[in-house]
Order: sequence, then C-alpha cells, then structure tokens
Amino acid sequence: MGDMAEQAIILEFSLQGQDFIRAGEASTEIKQRLKKLGFRPDVVRRVAIVAYEAEMNVIIHARKGSLRIEITPRRILIRTLDEGPGITDIEQAMQEGYSTASDMIRELGFGAGMGLPNIRRFADEFKLQSRVGEGTLLEATIHAD
Amino acid sequence: MKLADLVRELELEVLAGPDLEREVTGGYASDLLSLVMARAKAGQLWITLQGHQNIVAVAVLLELAGVIVAGGIEPDQETRKKAEEEGINLLASSLPVFELAGRLYQLGVRGIDHA
Ligand SMILES: Nc1ncnc2c1ncn2[C@@H]1O[C@H](COP(=O)(O)OP(=O)(O)OP(=O)(O)O)[C@@H](O)[C@H]1O
Ligand SMILES: [Mg+2]
Repeated sequence: MGDMAEQAIILEFSLQGQDFIRAGEASTEIKQRLKKLGFRPDVVRRVAIVAYEAEMNVIIHARKGSLRIEITPRRILIRTLDEGPGITDIEQAMQEGYSTASDMIRELGFGAGMGLPNIRRFADEFKLQSRVGEGTLLEATIHAD
Repeated sequence: MKLADLVRELELEVLAGPDLEREVTGGYASDLLSLVMARAKAGQLWITLQGHQNIVAVAVLLELAGVIVAGGIEPDQETRKKAEEEGINLLASSLPVFELAGRLYQLGVRGIDHA
C-alpha cells in the first residue's frame, strides 16, 4: 500500500428504506475497492461485515439515509446517517437477539438481532447516536495496521 | 475438494455455476444472514433455505465458494441472475438441510477446522 496517496479516498452511497433489491450493493462495491487497493484479507472481511450490517440497518429500519466510507492506509471509517424512527434504547438495541424487525423482514433472514453486535465485535472503534423520531448516526472504524 | 465434485456426488442442481472449479474449504448452515456474516468463512459452502437475492450479496462479501439452497426450495429468478452476474456459484438440492450437511460431512467437508 506504499503507493497509496496519504489523502483519503471517500465513497458515498445513498440508501433507500425497504429497497431489498439493491441491498448490499454499497458494501459490495466498498469491499471490491478495498481488495483492489491491496488491504489485507482480514481487514477487507471486517470492513465488509461492518459496512453490510450498517447498510442493512438503514434499509431495514429507516426511511432513507447514506453510507459514507473514508479510506486511508491506516484506518477505514464507515458512517451511516439516516432519517427514520431512531432507537429508543441503544443499550437494548446492542443486545444479541434484540430486534424489532417485522415478520416479513424476518422471512428474508434478517432480524436475528445480530447486526449491531457484529459491528461492535468486528470494528475497532464504534459509536452509535440516535434521536427518536429523527434518525440514527453510526460510526465504526477499522484499523488496517 | 472442488465444488464440481460435490455437485456430481450430491446431484446438486446448478442454477449458476460461474466457478465450479472453486475449492471448498468447509461448510456452514444457517438462514439468519447476520449469523452467516459473523461466522461463515471465505471458501466455505453455505447451506440455506433462503432463496431470495440477498443471499448473493452475503456470498460475495464473504467470498464463499457457493450457496446451496436446500429443501427443494426454488430460488427466485433474480437470485440466479444476480449470482451469475456476481460470479457466485448457486446450487439447489431437494434434500433437507440436515441430510445435505451430513452427506457433505461424509465427503470430507467440515464446519470447523479442529473438528
Ligand atoms: N438505523 C436504525 N434505525 C432505527 N432502528 C435501528 C437502526 N439500527 C438498528 N435499529 C434497532 O436496533 C435493533 C437491533 O439492530 P440489529 O442490527 O442488531 O438487529 P436487526 O437489524 O433487527 O437484525 P439483524 O441485523 O440480525 O438482521 C433493530 O431491530 C432496530 O430496532
Ligand atoms: Mg441489523
């Protein structure tokens, strides 16, 4: 990665709530990009998991939002910001198995209540902020060294 | 073991087979996508009852060797198309998940390395 400019690469995607057809496209593009840039497979894997879970949470739980990724050789910052119902109790939302997903969404295999715990587990830094009735901001950082 | 060999041994239906020469390094079974994300490893073959197109993104992100949709479930047409586009091997079997996993195990496919 020696030839990668010190300058950050920034990618931004807009996400639409309930759009299960394009779901995962943003994370997939991010993953391919990191691979091309030559990041280690374990780093690529962790970013892919975090980006996917963050992307899916906006699509499943919010009206609309965005996913932004900032790539530098040392660290990768993933941020989702959405307009949606927000999270009433963040501590509860972080618990494995807690989910408010509808039956329809559970039938698609989502709603295990594992997305946020996965993000916390695979990221080196993690921050979740929410305003009920307005939206949610999630930031996760993965160290690449 | 190569995926093509497993396809032959288990008479799997190939719905999309862009890379059947891929080496299978293990197996994983679950229908909960977040569990698969956290636990399945690159090179593994994933058995699921989910037939909708979101399984393809999971397989791409994790670099799985392929996905077998079990239990006689017919994956959506979009799922096949997407698998082909994204280079994911998509297979189907009429066998139930338990039986399929058992037969894969018999053929040497393991779920965890130290088993
Ligand atoms: N962006 C968001 N906006 C509103 N609520 C959210 C958001 N992200 C998470 N939540 C709330 O937190 C709960 C737990 O989230 P988590 O990602 O762990 O599980 P899930 O999305 O329900 O299921 P899974 O991720 O396993 O498919 C959700 O069910 C939802 O109530
Ligand atoms: Mg989730």
